[in-house]
Amino acid sequence: MWEYTDKVKDHFLNPRNVGEIENPDGVGEVGSLACGDALTLYFKLDDQQRIKEAKFKTFGCASAIASSSALTEMLIGKTLEEAETITNENIAEYLGGLPREKMHCSVMGRDALEKAITCYRGSAEKKIEGDIVCECFGVTDIQIERTVRENHLTTIEQVTDYVKAGGGCGNCHDKIQEIINTVLGKEAPARKKSPVLTNLQKIKLIEQTLEREIKPALNKDGGDIELIDVSGNIVQVRLRGTCATCKKSQITLKNYVEAKLRELVTPELVVEEVTL
Amino acid sequence: MNPLYFDNNATTRVAPEVVESMLPYFTEYYGNPSSMHTFGGSVGRQINDARAKMADLLGASPEEIVFTSCGTESDSTAIMAALRSNPDKKHIITSRVEHPAIKNLCEYLAKTGYRVTFVPVDHKGRLDMDYLIRHLTDDTAIASFMWANNETGVIFPIDDLTGILSERGVIFHTDAVQAVGKVPIDVKKTRIDMLSLSGHKLHAPKGIGALYVRKGTKFSPFLIGGHQEKGRRGGTENVASIIGLGRASDFVAEHMTEENTRVKFLRDKLETQLVQKISNTLVNGDTDNRLPNTSSIAFEFVEGESILLMMNEFGICASSGSACTSGSLEPSHVLRAMGVPFTAAHGTIRFSLSIYNTEPEIDLIVEKLPPIIDRLRAMSPFWKGSCGCAT
Repeated sequence: MWEYTDKVKDHFLNPRNVGEIENPDGVGEVGSLACGDALTLYFKLDDQQRIKEAKFKTFGCASAIASSSALTEMLIGKTLEEAETITNENIAEYLGGLPREKMHCSVMGRDALEKAITCYRGSAEKKIEGDIVCECFGVTDIQIERTVRENHLTTIEQVTDYVKAGGGCGNCHDKIQEIINTVLGKEAPARKKSPVLTNLQKIKLIEQTLEREIKPALNKDGGDIELIDVSGNIVQVRLRGTCATCKKSQITLKNYVEAKLRELVTPELVVEEVTL
Repeated sequence: MNPLYFDNNATTRVAPEVVESMLPYFTEYYGNPSSMHTFGGSVGRQINDARAKMADLLGASPEEIVFTSCGTESDSTAIMAALRSNPDKKHIITSRVEHPAIKNLCEYLAKTGYRVTFVPVDHKGRLDMDYLIRHLTDDTAIASFMWANNETGVIFPIDDLTGILSERGVIFHTDAVQAVGKVPIDVKKTRIDMLSLSGHKLHAPKGIGALYVRKGTKFSPFLIGGHQEKGRRGGTENVASIIGLGRASDFVAEHMTEENTRVKFLRDKLETQLVQKISNTLVNGDTDNRLPNTSSIAFEFVEGESILLMMNEFGICASSGSACTSGSLEPSHVLRAMGVPFTAAHGTIRFSLSIYNTEPEIDLIVEKLPPIIDRLRAMSPFWKGSCGCAT
């Protein structure tokens, strides 16, 4: 059970300004069904260029609906310049706070507002800048960086709470950490200096890594791998099981097998597939 | 406000008969069952009486029952016992829709050198038996498949599974936490090696569980300590709860017919009427092989937590497969494994009944829920009317 404030409950059970505006001056759409929440925000301006009407439609949990409702209340009567200064924290504060895991609902509000204002100003909707970092939820490095900066976030978990990034498969955790480090002005932790290995040690370590780390992972999908030879820094392997016929096996070989061996043995290794 | 309690797969009301049976063990009979004196020793005899009742419910012998603290402990004990007794075998086979007690344990074991196969299910939550058979190897130490799914109520074909697995000499464990007390179980009918159950799902209190271990199954304890439970589980017995679980075993056996007639009728009525009254509504799972008390219904284009909290205003208690309720960001792994589309997964509500539910309660839900869904759909940017042509 979430600990929602009375204000959140009120805005959820009695949401203000639900609906659409015909011929709005600005519209901002964010989120998707797949992500589990989505918001479309509409506004209309009066003669003084103040927001006279703001409405929303939201698919999502109680805090998503409450955040949207709160945002429309905050917007009405403001100029766009004033509206622009609203941050996700302001939305959360307006509601008397949100559970940590639900902060992304307030971020969704801010994102929709930004899109609606951009839409009004006619600057062709800014292309999603930056590169997608979290593929599960389609979050870019720019979005993450901005949220980390504005909310003084320091951990991956917090980033997930605020923008969802990293909340799915978890593959992007390293990248998120890098962004946090950059914002915090920290250097990425220096890679462990790889110890100098004798050939025998190197081969043993490669064998161990294959057995303990790589094989079990490939086995999970019905694949397998066999070590054929090690010559210098060239590791020759043969793919077996489903890997042998899988179209993505080359990607697995480079992105997973080689990466893992480089991480756990020595960064100079190159993996080659031997086919017969 | 009296709750309209439809969340019995989460936990059940402790039956008043069960509470009553337990009380003397908090007050009068506080002796340690391991003691030599009669005062303690007689408690030991009552524990064995409870053990016999528990065994009866499963068709087992009393000495095949080990009391634990919960379903999770039973699951961990079973899997770890199988692995320790077969140190040369490094493969575990299970399904993609197991309870976290099995799923997370297996994922953990996969990181510590075991190979785990997660057998997929189809869109109705039915196990892919061909896949299972193809992935059994001589290296397989244990197969663990739940009897019935906690989210959808779908029942796995336990008879077929035991046939396949015993032929291959693989130890078979079943997490029957949701099944015990709801459907008849007879461990002697088929070759089940280990079976987990939990007290609080069958009107006993929380904090008590049991593991059935078939006679002759190699076993090693998970909690190492004293000689309790014949050395199979160290730790002083949770006496009152064991007595309660024994009483609850009788209680659910007495109500088994009712569960499969009246409760099933109520469930079916609830489901049929909701599907009839609310458009774009789907029932998740294989309705032909399902627990009598469980209904998993997807209301498209709305989000589960919102539905739950609006129902909560009327005192209706249920649960959801949506992401938002759990604090994770993705909908339930069960619904995802079944390939339930996101439109439906996020809006899935589970109603799980017990013998304490009544027909007027069903009528109230059928009255209150349609306007809630309407209201949330009117708010949803994806809802474009009941034609299903939402973008």
